[in-house]
Amino acid sequence: MKLKLVVIGNGMAGMRTVDELIQTAPDRYDITVFGAEPHGNYNRIMLTPVLFGAKSIADIMIHDFDWYLKNRVTLHCGPDKAVVNVDREHRCVIAQDGTCAFYDKLLIATGSLPLMLDIPGRDVEGVLGFRDIADVETMIEKAASKRHAVILGGGLLGLEAANGLLQRGMQVSVINRADHLLNRQLDRKAAAFLQRQLADKGIRFHLGTTIQRIDSRDRHISAVELSDGSALPADMLIMSTGIKPNISLAKRIGLECQHGIVVDDSMRSSDSAIYSVGECVQHRGELFGLVAPVYEQAKVCAQQLSGQADSQFKTLSSATMLKVTGIDLFSVGNFEGDSDCQILQLIDHELGVYKKIVLRGNIVVGVILYGDTSDSAWYLNLVKDKTPIAAIRDRLMFGQTPLANAA
Amino acid sequence: MNTIKTTCPYCGVGCGIEATVEDSAAHRLTIKGDANHPANFGKLCSKGATLGDTVSLENRLLYPQIRGQRVDWDSALNHVAERFTKIIEQHGPEAVAFYVSGQLLTEDYYVANKLMKGFIGTANIDTNSRLCMSSAVVGYKRAFGADTVPCNYEDLEQAELILLVGSNAAWCHPIAFQRIRKAKENNPNLKIVVIDPRATASCDIADLHLPVKPGMDALLFNGILAYLQQNGRINQPYIDMHTEGFELALNEAVKTAGSIAQVAAGCGLSSEAVGTLFDWFASTENTVTVYSQGINQSSSGSDKCNAIINCHLATARIGKPGMGPFSFTGQPNAMGGREVGGLANTLAAHMDLENPEHVDRVGRFWGSDKVADKQGLKAVAMFDAIAAGQIKAVWIMATNPVVSMPDADKVKRALQQCELVVVSDCIANTDTAELAHVLLPATGWSEKDGTVTNLERRISRQRPLFPASGAAKHDWWIISQVGQRMGFKDAFNYQSSAEIFREHAQLSAFENDAEHQVRDFNLSAFTGIDRQGFDALQPVQWPVTTEQTTGTARMFADGRYFTANRKARFIPITPRPPVNAPDADYPFTLNTGRLRDQWHTMTRTGLAAKLNAHRPEPFVEMHPIDADKLGLNAHTLAQVQSRWGNMLARVELNPGQQIGSLFVPMHWTGQISSHGRMGAVVNPVVDPHSGQPESKQTPVKIKAWPAQWYATILSRQPLQITGAEYRVSVRGDRYFRYELASTEPGKDWRAWSRALLADTGHLDDDSCWLEYSDQQAGYYRTAYLPGRELQACLFVGPDCELPEPGWLGSLFAKTELSRAERLSLLSGLPPKGQADIGRIVCSCFNVGEKTIQQAVQTHQFQSVADISACLSAGSGCGSCVAELKEFLPKLS
Repeated sequence: MKLKLVVIGNGMAGMRTVDELIQTAPDRYDITVFGAEPHGNYNRIMLTPVLFGAKSIADIMIHDFDWYLKNRVTLHCGPDKAVVNVDREHRCVIAQDGTCAFYDKLLIATGSLPLMLDIPGRDVEGVLGFRDIADVETMIEKAASKRHAVILGGGLLGLEAANGLLQRGMQVSVINRADHLLNRQLDRKAAAFLQRQLADKGIRFHLGTTIQRIDSRDRHISAVELSDGSALPADMLIMSTGIKPNISLAKRIGLECQHGIVVDDSMRSSDSAIYSVGECVQHRGELFGLVAPVYEQAKVCAQQLSGQADSQFKTLSSATMLKVTGIDLFSVGNFEGDSDCQILQLIDHELGVYKKIVLRGNIVVGVILYGDTSDSAWYLNLVKDKTPIAAIRDRLMFGQTPLANAA
Repeated sequence: MNTIKTTCPYCGVGCGIEATVEDSAAHRLTIKGDANHPANFGKLCSKGATLGDTVSLENRLLYPQIRGQRVDWDSALNHVAERFTKIIEQHGPEAVAFYVSGQLLTEDYYVANKLMKGFIGTANIDTNSRLCMSSAVVGYKRAFGADTVPCNYEDLEQAELILLVGSNAAWCHPIAFQRIRKAKENNPNLKIVVIDPRATASCDIADLHLPVKPGMDALLFNGILAYLQQNGRINQPYIDMHTEGFELALNEAVKTAGSIAQVAAGCGLSSEAVGTLFDWFASTENTVTVYSQGINQSSSGSDKCNAIINCHLATARIGKPGMGPFSFTGQPNAMGGREVGGLANTLAAHMDLENPEHVDRVGRFWGSDKVADKQGLKAVAMFDAIAAGQIKAVWIMATNPVVSMPDADKVKRALQQCELVVVSDCIANTDTAELAHVLLPATGWSEKDGTVTNLERRISRQRPLFPASGAAKHDWWIISQVGQRMGFKDAFNYQSSAEIFREHAQLSAFENDAEHQVRDFNLSAFTGIDRQGFDALQPVQWPVTTEQTTGTARMFADGRYFTANRKARFIPITPRPPVNAPDADYPFTLNTGRLRDQWHTMTRTGLAAKLNAHRPEPFVEMHPIDADKLGLNAHTLAQVQSRWGNMLARVELNPGQQIGSLFVPMHWTGQISSHGRMGAVVNPVVDPHSGQPESKQTPVKIKAWPAQWYATILSRQPLQITGAEYRVSVRGDRYFRYELASTEPGKDWRAWSRALLADTGHLDDDSCWLEYSDQQAGYYRTAYLPGRELQACLFVGPDCELPEPGWLGSLFAKTELSRAERLSLLSGLPPKGQADIGRIVCSCFNVGEKTIQQAVQTHQFQSVADISACLSAGSGCGSCVAELKEFLPKLS
């Protein structure tokens, strides 16, 4: 008799775990998946090309409905299948419409939600996040008839939204509280590069400021007022000031939560029958927003579920590998440096390439690659392995090729 | 298209060239060796083959100037004539001087000599040949009674033993050396011995290398003479019949070098090596002794020449095929200069100043009663006299004494304070031209029209390929015009070089017979030559007489010499070490010499990018043990200092260098290097007979130059470099390269490099610039691309490990850089998949060291022939063959 696995969350983290599990232990579980969106599992990272019009929703599906049938995975999806409770005593999951499913093991992969700032006047039409297919469909629809888009937040998602809406013909302004873009991934110089390149495309920037209030007409957003006193016309406001782990269900059912659902190295929550992966978890104090560590969690979790108790998740170096509007970015470690650090940099303004390597003594402790990330894996290894680089210092900036030649 | 036969203007080998004018207006030529010329039979060395790259108008002197102002010829000529006349009136003829050149054609040389010795009436005309082979002249004259080179190139091919003494012919006379190499291939019995303090490229084919103690060659040859006597290998009948003075010479030889042990000790050689040399010399009839600057440039150079000649006379190894004492001269027309009497101690047509009959004869021939009858001042003394204010006007032609003379800083000061300095040259910016009051634009090779004589007495034509550039005139015309304006109208009323050659031939034949005295130099076959005959002149070895119109391959076949009694003279030689010995303060002996791919002061070869690739910067070679002792690292800068001056050069380690000896190349000037003039360091010591400076042995010290930073720049446009004490400029292919360094601390590199490299307006335009910095480690690199093309790149670092220009240089040929190239640019290394050929080894085919290394590795090459077959390297002039061998796996 097979064990029962129930998965809450039909997103990339949960389904990656299911995928891995089917491969490592195909006959161990009957699997049931609950998803609040009326879709199969899609690649959320690819929402931007959908916004561009470069891809359709079908294109970004990782697991379409056929897949669930073929793999005998039961899928309950749509708003009425949102899970509202878990009876931990009887090991039963209950959806909004009353659908319930018993489990031997439960996996919570509820992901994250956009942080919607509590700005006066925000509860009107045209104020939205950039998180799911529904958001993208709304943006595409509005872009067809409206002119002014305002993006709050100069992070990765905000810039992607800005660029997508620009491509859809809107006039786009980005508002950012910090005075440089992607301030968690880039230093000022790289951010300045990025800002210049995006400004050249036509995106307007208002940095070091925020939105004080939202004006509306007929319950639809019409303008935003900024903290510097100016106002911008707005037909749409995308809130992209960050995400927060979606842990309301976990809290409600009494799992240990701090910022996220607390898990141990085997991805197990405070209830030994309940696992959690993805952006909703907190592991050794850390939260996750990038795909690589999440997939690593999925792998560990799948191995645990298939009985390999020795599989453990270790937090990888916090490297960021991004593509923002076609521009390759990579950063890792302490890329700002401190007074003990030495800094190497390479700039090609015309090519839009900026690279920065931060050394402490003989060791690379931080790297930013802007515009050319072809050697990012090598740099990541140098940081992770604490490789002494004195012998290759003058070639370090130029990546692995000259190093091989030098040997 | 027009193919013209002419002669190479570089070394004394005198190779024939077929030049095809591709585009006269653009000065474009195709150069190839003349397959019919008896000097080279179609071969050319790297320098000759790239002559086409040196004939542009770049850096040409095109118009007469007085104190920097352009003037017309009339004004310039009148000015020179009036000033010379005035100074002669006030201070006498001894107050003026000409300093001329082995690169003048015979006709130019003839007229200059005639004006000074015949009409101004002083022998104060000397030549840069003084620095090159004046000791060889003394040697021949003392032994033979005339300045007669007995041998020819065929003797090299018929020899069984060739001694190369003080001669790196592989680099300095490449085509003659190639003939020797070929001869050795054809005749495995041919033995080659190199006698040279350092192991040079010529050792590549040597059976024996004797790294003689610097300056001790005469002892070695005295040793040979004694050994020949002791072993019964002298030719007593010949000595008795055709020579005199043998006993005295032998006694001196036995006294100074009577045993192998004595010679070995004195020369710093092993007894075994000395014994082998002696044995080979004693037992090999067909022996040619080739000697060059290593012998001549010495305070006892004349004696060294005679020590060599003594050995040949004692064995009668002279005047027959495959043997003889063979002086290799350095310059294209050193020999022509000797023939016209261009030296301060010769008259004309191989006649002597101190011989009243000769003076009278020349006076009657020229129609002058003012012919000089005593020696003038030889080069070093001449510039001393200028410094002392005794000579108040000097006319320097086609040479660059501020670079090439010993104690060259003194020469510079002398010219700075001289009342009148006239310089005629084809090049505008030379260290010497900078000091001139009057600049006269002369035609250069490719425009000149006349004859040169190579080192086997072969007269060949240099023919014009292009019309004269700008207002440039032939030297003979310029001199004649001044002569006429000084009042010697008839004597200098020449219309063409053919006419001058005819007069020169007539003088050579004038009273040249048994009735008066037979002279070696005789062109009686040409006393009636006309323009057509001159234009059709085929290469021919003098004497060329009415009896022997096809010339003379070999001299002294009959054992009759040109002394009064027609006997050759032995000269007793007491070997002398160099005048200035190393001491505690100046412990090293500095040797100087030529490089493979450069000529003299680089005013022409420096224009050919290909030729600058082999050795781009002044360097000082030293033994690794010495370097280690002094803490000097390869490629760092060191200061070489003597009691006379100093220079900076890159340290190169070479175990072929003797411990205690240093070598620097002679070529770098103040124009292309801030501190590379070796002449400033060389001691102004001269041979008492020849006046030739001891350029090969100066006591020096060497120490690290405390450079705080080094930089290299490649720029499409020439740059005005500021802010770097040490600077060397190198002409590349489509770019100019600058190697810089300074003892000052680092600075704001960004501001400095932008000010150096940027066009106005692009200083602050970041979009034109690539930048790399590692500030704490002292590295800064930048590239300037105002458009798609690379305009310049600059690399600064705290040490001398800067990128080689090979791949970077090749980027200047591109109209646009790829993304990968831009991203790699500031590493100095090509992106993955693009080859870096490395430093150029073979100039003929542009083959770099990395290409060779790779090919040897990949294909497991075992011989130079394998490399040549695959890459062509070494199959052109062959000068790089010795270097190619270094790439092959070492035999264990």
